[in-house]
Amino acid sequence: MTAAVKIASDVLQVSDLRVELAGQVDVLADVSFSLAAGEIVGLVGESGSGKTTLATALLRHARQGARITGGHIAVAGQAVLELEGEALRLARGGLVGYVAQDPATALNPALRIGALLRETVLAHLPKLPGDAVQQRIQETLVDVGLPDDAAFLRRFPHQLSGGQQQRVMLALAFVLRPRLIVLDEPTTALDVSTQAHVLDTLKRLCRGHGVAALYVTHDLAVVRDLVDRVMVMYAGRLVEVTGRERLFSAPAHPYTRALLAAIPDIARRQPLQAIAGHAPAPGQRPAGCAFAPRCARRRAECAVIEPSLSALDAGHQVACLVPHREVLPRGDVAVESVTAPGEGVLLEVQGLDVAYDRQVLFDVSLQVAPGECLALVGESGSGKTSLARAIAGLGENVQGQLRYGGEPLAFSARQRDARLRHQIQYVFQNPYRALNPCQTIAQTLSAPLAHFFGVRGDEAHRRVEAVLARVSLPARVAGLYPQSLSGGERQRVAIARALICEPRLLVCDEITSALDVSVQASILALLRGLQGEGLAVLFVTHDLGVVRAIADRVLVLRRGRVVEEGSVEQVLGWPVDDYTRTLVAHSPRLHLGG
Amino acid sequence: MTDARWLADPQVRRGAVITSWVVLVAVLGPWLAPHAPTAMVGPVYGPPTAGAPLGHDFLGHDLLSRLLSGGVSVLWMSVAAATLALLVGGSLGLLAGFSRRRLDQAISWAADVSLAFPDLILVLLIVSMLGRAPWLIVLTVAIAFTPGVIRLARGSAVAVAGQEFVEAAQMMGYSRWRILFNEILPNILTPLLVHFGNMLTWAVGMLSGLSFLGYGVAPPAADWGLMINENQAGLLVQPLAVLAPALLIAVFAYGTNILAEGIGRVSARIGEKQP
Repeated sequence: MTAAVKIASDVLQVSDLRVELAGQVDVLADVSFSLAAGEIVGLVGESGSGKTTLATALLRHARQGARITGGHIAVAGQAVLELEGEALRLARGGLVGYVAQDPATALNPALRIGALLRETVLAHLPKLPGDAVQQRIQETLVDVGLPDDAAFLRRFPHQLSGGQQQRVMLALAFVLRPRLIVLDEPTTALDVSTQAHVLDTLKRLCRGHGVAALYVTHDLAVVRDLVDRVMVMYAGRLVEVTGRERLFSAPAHPYTRALLAAIPDIARRQPLQAIAGHAPAPGQRPAGCAFAPRCARRRAECAVIEPSLSALDAGHQVACLVPHREVLPRGDVAVESVTAPGEGVLLEVQGLDVAYDRQVLFDVSLQVAPGECLALVGESGSGKTSLARAIAGLGENVQGQLRYGGEPLAFSARQRDARLRHQIQYVFQNPYRALNPCQTIAQTLSAPLAHFFGVRGDEAHRRVEAVLARVSLPARVAGLYPQSLSGGERQRVAIARALICEPRLLVCDEITSALDVSVQASILALLRGLQGEGLAVLFVTHDLGVVRAIADRVLVLRRGRVVEEGSVEQVLGWPVDDYTRTLVAHSPRLHLGG
Repeated sequence: MTDARWLADPQVRRGAVITSWVVLVAVLGPWLAPHAPTAMVGPVYGPPTAGAPLGHDFLGHDLLSRLLSGGVSVLWMSVAAATLALLVGGSLGLLAGFSRRRLDQAISWAADVSLAFPDLILVLLIVSMLGRAPWLIVLTVAIAFTPGVIRLARGSAVAVAGQEFVEAAQMMGYSRWRILFNEILPNILTPLLVHFGNMLTWAVGMLSGLSFLGYGVAPPAADWGLMINENQAGLLVQPLAVLAPALLIAVFAYGTNILAEGIGRVSARIGEKQP
C-alpha cells in the first residue's frame, strides 16, 4: 500500500532504463529517477552524453537504430513502455508533452497557429465541442503569454518571432494538460532576453498546473534560476543528482566540478578550464568509471569498479568512489589581461553602413589595437555578423571607411593585396561547413602556404605540423578528412587555417556557439594564448559570459547601431545604456552577486 | 577512398556485375560470332537449330551472330552521348552556380528553354534534317541531355558555393578557377556521377528508339535497336529475333540504373551528420 502512495505522489518514475544500439552497445543504462508534480528538473550533459536519448525515451521513442531494451517508466501510474498503438498515441502529448529544440523547424510552416492548436486538441479529444476547444486554446495562449485574438490565430509560424514560436510550442504542449513535459534545449535558438522570458513563463506554467518538467540542456547556467533539482549525465549514466543550490555550491562529482569550471560566467572573470580528453563514444566505455581517464582524482580502483548512483546525503546522489565533500571554493581568481593592448591602432572602422534589401548597419565606428580582443555583442539581427564580414572583405553593399595599419582597406577581399589578405583572417561560426569535406586537413592547411608564401614540400609539411601543435591537435590529424573529426577539432583546424596565414587580426564569428562548454573553454584558452603573442582578435558573440572570459573591450550593437562601447569591466559591471542593462540582467549566471 | 566504399556495397557490386556482363558481350561479341553479321546463312525467320541456337532473322542472318555484333554501336554511342552531356552541362552548371549573376541567368534561361522541347522530338528533328551519321546522333542526344545536367550541376553548386569553406577560399583570394575545380567540383561530383548512370540508361533507350524508328544506325549494320525494328513483322513466327535484343537492352539499362542508384545511396550515407 505504501508503494502505491509513493507512486501517486511522483508524476514520473523511471527505474533501470536501458537503451541500446545494435550489438548490445548501450547508449543509456541504469537510469533511475523520479519527478514530483510541479517539479522542474534539469538534465545536463554534453553532446553525446545520452540526454536527448533519455528525454525521448520518456515518450517511448528511440531514434533510428536504437532500442529501449529494459527498465520501467511510469507516468502518473501508467507504464509508458508497455503502451502500444492507440494508447501510445494518446499518451504522447496527452500524458507526456514534448517541446523541441528549434521551434522554426518544429512548427509546420503550412498551418496557421489556430489550426495547429485545434488539430492538436482534436487529435486527443475528438469529442470536445467546438466552443470548449476554442476556450481551451484561448486559455492556453493567455497562459503562455501570447495574444488570443483571431488575428493572431490566423498567422503562420514564419510571421512570429523566435520567442513567440517557442511560446506556441509551449502552448501546443500545455493545451493537452499533460502530467509531464519534456523540453529538449528549448531556448538555445533564442536571444538572452527572450530566453529569460520564456523560462519565466515555463516556470509559472509548471507551478500553476502542477506539471512536472524535465528540462534538457548542455548549459548549467541556463537552468540556474529555473530548476529545483539537477541531474548530470555523462556517457549514458546519471553521475550526480542533487538540489540546485547544492549543485552550484558543493558539487560532489569531479565531472560536475569540471563542467562548472568550464562555463564562462558574466559575473566574474575566471580562468576557464577545459576538460582534457574526450567523452567515450557508446561502445568504447572504459572498464570501471567512464570519467576516470579524464579525472584528476582517479585512484587505482576507479579503473575497475563502476560506481553506481548512491546517496551521499539527503537529496544528493552521486556516482563516484571518491566524491568531493567540501564546498566549492569561491576563488575569485581575477585573470589579468594577458597583455596591455599595444600602442596604436591596427584596424579602424569609420561610418560604416551596410544595406541589403534593408539597411543593417548604421554609421558604425570602431578601433582595434594590436594584441587587443574587442568583443562585438548583440542579439540575432543586430548586424554583428554583417560588420565582421565587411571587415573580412566578404561583405556586399558596404559604404564607409576601413583603415588597416593606417592605410585605406578595400571592401572586397579580391581587391585587397595578398599581404592584407593573409594578415586579416576570419573564422566561421559553423565548424561543420568551414572545411572542404573532400580535402584532407593537410591539403586544407597547406593551400594558403603555397598561395601566400610559395611554401611547398617539406617546409610546408613542417609548418602544418607546427600549426597543428599550436592549436593542440596531434600531427596525425593532417592525414584525416574533416568528417572523422569532432566539432571542436574541426574548429581548431579552422583556427589553424587562419593561423598558418600569419594573421595580425583574427575575426571570430560566434566560433564557439556550436560547441560544448568544455570544448568552448579550450578554444577560448587557445585564443587568449594567441592574443598573448600579439594577435588582435575581433570576437563576435551573443554570450556575455564568453565576453567576460576573453575580451578586453566590448562594443554593443543593437539594430545596426553601436549603443555602448567600453572596457569589459565597465560595460558588464556598470552598463549605461538601457539595452545593455537588460542584456546583462537577462544573461544566465552561475554565481549570484559576484 | 570512395571507390573502396562503393564496391563494398552489395547493390553497387550487383549493378557493376550486370553492366560489365552486357559490356563484355557487346565488346567481345564480334570476335565470338560464328558468322559475319551480314551473312545470310539460313531460312528467313528460321527457328533455332543445332547450328544456330537462336535461329535466323528476317533476311536469314544468324541471329546469335547479329546479336553479338550489334551491341558495340549502342554502347559506345550511349557512353559518348552521356559523357559529352556530362562535361558540357557540368561545366556550364558549375559556372552558373558560382557566378550567380547575369551569366547564371543566361545559362539557366537557355537550359529552361531547351528543357521545354521533348527530348525525342528534338533528336528526331535534327537527325531527320541533317542525316544519320553516328557522330551526329551522339551529338543530338548529348544536346537533349545537357539542360538536365546544367540544372543539376547548378543546383548542387549553389548549395556548395554558399558554404563557409568556399567563402574562406574567396577571402584568401584564390583564383576563380581554383575555387571552381578544387573546392566546388569535388563536392558535387557524386550527384553528377549518379546522373551520368541515369543518362546512360536513357541514352540506350533513346538510341534503340531511334534505330527502331529508322533514324539510328543504318542497315545492314547490326544494332540491337535496329534488330527490333527489322524483325517486328515476324514477331509471331520467330519471337526470339525481337525479344533477344530487347532483353539485352533491358538488362544493360537495369544494370546501369541500379549501379547509379547504388553509388548514390552509398554516397548519401557518406554525408556527415550536422548538428
